[in-house]
Amino acid sequence: MYFPISGAHISPIYLAIVGFLIGILGGFFGVGGSFIAGPALRAMGVDWNFAVGTDLAHIVGKSVVAAKRHRALGNVDLKLGLIMAFGTIAGAEVGAQLIQMLKRAGNVNVVVSIVSIAVYVSISTFMIWESRKTLSQNKGSPRGKVKGAKAKEDESSFRHVTSSIQRLNLPPMIKLPASGVTISLWIILFVAFIGGVFSGFLGGGAGYIRMPSMVYVLGIPTHLAVGTDLFEIIISASYGTFSHAIKGNVDILIALVMNTGAAIGAQIGAISTQYFAGPKIRLAFVPLPLIGAAIVIYTLISGHKL
Amino acid sequence: MKKETATTLRAFLIELAVYAVLVVGYFLLVLHFLGDWLYQLEIRHRYTYAGVAILLIIGQAVVLESVTTSLLRLIRGRSE
Repeated sequence: MYFPISGAHISPIYLAIVGFLIGILGGFFGVGGSFIAGPALRAMGVDWNFAVGTDLAHIVGKSVVAAKRHRALGNVDLKLGLIMAFGTIAGAEVGAQLIQMLKRAGNVNVVVSIVSIAVYVSISTFMIWESRKTLSQNKGSPRGKVKGAKAKEDESSFRHVTSSIQRLNLPPMIKLPASGVTISLWIILFVAFIGGVFSGFLGGGAGYIRMPSMVYVLGIPTHLAVGTDLFEIIISASYGTFSHAIKGNVDILIALVMNTGAAIGAQIGAISTQYFAGPKIRLAFVPLPLIGAAIVIYTLISGHKL
Repeated sequence: MKKETATTLRAFLIELAVYAVLVVGYFLLVLHFLGDWLYQLEIRHRYTYAGVAILLIIGQAVVLESVTTSLLRLIRGRSE
């Protein structure tokens, strides 16, 4: 099939399958999946700028489907998502400016690669330590569907640090009844801002940073963190899509075709979260940042940008 | 439990088949007609294109989610 906007020839079945796989990951972990979509589009000969912009547009569609399903499961904190969207958009602008500064300095690729490898490996190492420790402390917990109130009873070995952060009295304090948390507005905005900076700096939705931060820093239960992250991604990725589209970096036809597969995948991923407790979802999340790190290391060594 | 899993799997496979037929029709009709118009819009009116792109991707997602949910409800309802 010919896509006139980007000038690429790509099989729609290939796009639907890629969308399906990313949809499953997005629905289950609350991530955008740009570390798969970017290389998958590049492999079909789509220019780098179109791959980035089109991926963002596809993330919007997939997140709408997954967030709707998570909302039906009671996994979306709308108030938290709306507040975070402001911090993310501001952070994304700062991240994009940092990239421009590094471009002018002439060392953008090396700096971005090293920062991203350090971030990805740190997240994975921390999450594998925390989730394994939590799981070993909670042996004998019930198996099967984890729904409703049970999903909100999320155990974490990092809970003592999270509780200390929640006790920081920096007015205004925001009550989040859906998540069962009361926390300073500034801490929420700070977490969203950092996620936004990484989104603008490293590309994609930065769900690999935001979802763990929501769990460990804000103390949001994992299921709610996944659903709320997806809702927040709809807003921030829409902004990114608009920004890229006016620069001529979005082939919406490719994104629409990818989204047909993602619509099914995202629902499977979202429904699957019911069958796993929070620490198990976090443990399963560990390989994702490592895949991202592996891709960056490959591009550094080979010189080919995936 | 096993019966429930088998029912879910069967419903999902039927849903996938029906969905695939709908999607192929969608590729042939909607994208074929939209393609040229969006291409012209992208060249001549970038801001309009950006707005239309977001509306299209969100609109399609909402419709697809409703279609898949309705399909699943219909198929599961019949198989139970």
